[in-house]
Amino acid sequence: MDSSVKIINEWDIVAARQLGRNVAKELGFGTVDQARITTAISELARNIYLYAGQGEITIEKVENGAKKGMTIISRDQGPGIPDLRKVMEDGFSTSGGLGAGLPGVKRLMDEFSIESEPGKGTLIQSVKWLR
Amino acid sequence: MNMRIPILKLHDCLLISIQWELDDQTALQFQEDLLHKIHETSARGVVIDFTSIDFIDSFIAKVLGDVISMSKLMGAKVVITGIQPAVAITLIELGIRLEEVMTALDLEKGLEKLQRELGD
Repeated sequence: MDSSVKIINEWDIVAARQLGRNVAKELGFGTVDQARITTAISELARNIYLYAGQGEITIEKVENGAKKGMTIISRDQGPGIPDLRKVMEDGFSTSGGLGAGLPGVKRLMDEFSIESEPGKGTLIQSVKWLR
Repeated sequence: MNMRIPILKLHDCLLISIQWELDDQTALQFQEDLLHKIHETSARGVVIDFTSIDFIDSFIAKVLGDVISMSKLMGAKVVITGIQPAVAITLIELGIRLEEVMTALDLEKGLEKLQRELGD
């Protein structure tokens, strides 16, 4: 049931969030959580497009005991993030624009983890649980 | 794939209803189209309605905030209307605050607000 969208151009950002919204709907998330998930995917996909050039968004359904939810995995082989602590600060943006970025995604989701190695790429996993 | 958002003229105001999910290109095209339309029609007010929109990400919010500032530079006041509860919640959680922006619950109240602002 897992599905992925390769992020190469701006249209892929739209495709990724549509996939995410469909899965969120299917799983029974309410409208607010659907908006949170769609927005989080849009931010992650845009980060890939802007900073890594290309990468992949994967949506997985997850179960943990009685809990059900969905995971968004953002993976790229881009330049990586040299200072992870810094990108997790509110208002920090190297693109000189939006400033919402990863701290915003973290707030929209229930779980959030990030691994990045300069020169190798970035892996971000985030989970939203059904309430 | 690239569709233009229709901009309607009503007296000295422009009305826009965003009816489908915005991709980056459509949003940027709209920014340009709106400024040209303000110039062309000498509109003093703009209402942008988001009733049909179920999410706004940071890029769309940036384009929107920018076009509001740009319109202001051209002498037109902008009111945004119809922001859904889910959109309001996610925008604030995302860390985006459109604080200087005039808003109203729906199109009708937005037009009323605009008329008051424009003083007629």
